[in-house]
Amino acid sequence: MSFDSILIANRGEIALRINRAAKSLGLKVIQAHSKADADSLPVRLADQAVEIGPAQAAKSYLSIPNIIEAAKASGAGAVHPGYGFLAENAAFAEAVEAAGMVFVGPRPETIATMGDKVKAREAAAAAGVPVVPGSEGRIEGLEAAKAAAAAVGYPLLIKASAGGGGRGIRIVRSDAELVQQLSTAQGEAKAAFGDGGVYLEAFIDRARHVEVQILGDGQDAIHAYERECSLQRRRQKVWEEAPSPSLDEATREELCASAVRLARHVGYRGAGTLEYLYDENRRAFYFIEMNTRIQVEHPVSEMVTGLDLVAAMIEIAQGKPLPVTQDQVRLSGHAIECRINAEDPTRNFMPGPGTISALRVPEGPGLRFDSHLFEGYLVPPFYDSLLGKLIVHGADRTEALARLTDALDGLAVEGVPTTRALHQALAADPEVRAGRFDTNFLERWLEERAGTLGIGAKGD
Amino acid sequence: MASKQIVSPLPGTFYRKPAPDQPPFKEVGDTVAVGDVVGIVEVMKSFNQVVAEEAGTVTAFLVDDEDAVMPGQPLVELDG
Repeated sequence: MSFDSILIANRGEIALRINRAAKSLGLKVIQAHSKADADSLPVRLADQAVEIGPAQAAKSYLSIPNIIEAAKASGAGAVHPGYGFLAENAAFAEAVEAAGMVFVGPRPETIATMGDKVKAREAAAAAGVPVVPGSEGRIEGLEAAKAAAAAVGYPLLIKASAGGGGRGIRIVRSDAELVQQLSTAQGEAKAAFGDGGVYLEAFIDRARHVEVQILGDGQDAIHAYERECSLQRRRQKVWEEAPSPSLDEATREELCASAVRLARHVGYRGAGTLEYLYDENRRAFYFIEMNTRIQVEHPVSEMVTGLDLVAAMIEIAQGKPLPVTQDQVRLSGHAIECRINAEDPTRNFMPGPGTISALRVPEGPGLRFDSHLFEGYLVPPFYDSLLGKLIVHGADRTEALARLTDALDGLAVEGVPTTRALHQALAADPEVRAGRFDTNFLERWLEERAGTLGIGAKGD
Repeated sequence: MASKQIVSPLPGTFYRKPAPDQPPFKEVGDTVAVGDVVGIVEVMKSFNQVVAEEAGTVTAFLVDDEDAVMPGQPLVELDG
């Protein structure tokens, strides 16, 4: 499983992040890129670059044949998928292995199992990890639904088995509402997804999003503590921290131990994240899904543990054991990451590609800016709007917030709209400063401020 | 009959269909009324409808489905 060159099948800031980790391990870096990214920083900083298709992601970064061909032609020993694109595509991982190269990530079977919500939930339950209470599989008749509802308790969600991305979900608060809504929900599921199957799940009001970073070598697994990512807009994370300001020490240990149990149960290999809903009132956490890849917000975990997660996943792919034992992973201080996107918060987050006319990046202790920007760079319209991630670390959350405020003030990205002002307003907000937020906080906050702070706007 | 053009309002990727498994919004020979959607331009994963500001009959599509387009680039030619 040894290799001395690695093809990066991704773009933007994560391509640069992988480049840095690979070079620190003495590997040759081969950068796959679309025609639109020929002039990008990841291409310039690679040892070798290979074009994989036109600008549109579907024909380049999402094309398995094009990437496999490029990897083989360039003589790459391994392929790192980054996040997004093909990172959680089991067929891609399989194709990489079939072509005689190493896939930097889990085994294809693990990607397939953990990518299926029902199978992942079953694996979690088998590993003794709490899942959101709900019906045992699909609900067929009204009597079965009432019995399941009685066992779980109201309020409940009726969810479509084939649904996803927040679609096909209804809240019911009593037997009467259940009776009223069940057949409608089944009919809608049938119409929308071609499958009328529905199931019931407890509705956790004001839930927080916490997730645990894990590393596995296929045998053993460790955790690198949790992140809190409750500040979201349209289910997209905007601001992430480590550790979570909402957990007490005992809950933290229990949560992280549960993630390690699941990682060991599936023989996890590489870096991964288990996402949970956290009910602050009951101090209860529930597994929701697993991401079998490195995540955008991994730097906050690196800042509080000192680990290099991307280098670790490459070394694991080389067949090395875990770089540290669990006892050696120490939580130190507090880190916050703000996603700086090319979006205009005063115009309902309308994205705006364009040329970076000026760039000033703040410097100082505990600061990190993961970004692929440079002055004169043309931000293309074809990919997501992430320009960079501003990450701060402090001895505690108060110091991290102070550093964040300074860093945001010192950051200047000109030529395209950015979300910097949103983060400045959040960093100054008393509720955010107190750590009091749930997954619906940011959308409520934006609605309340529409037209007053000039941040955000109602509707589309 | 003068010919008119509908241009892309944004840079991005042009789509002729509302979804990959659905028929195109318009075909050559179809009539277009003011306000009709003739396509979608995807910019940074945000989908924006291209709306006709003039009426007419489609005589040609000047770009293919999923082509990269620039702001002001003609997409559709209309007659009438």
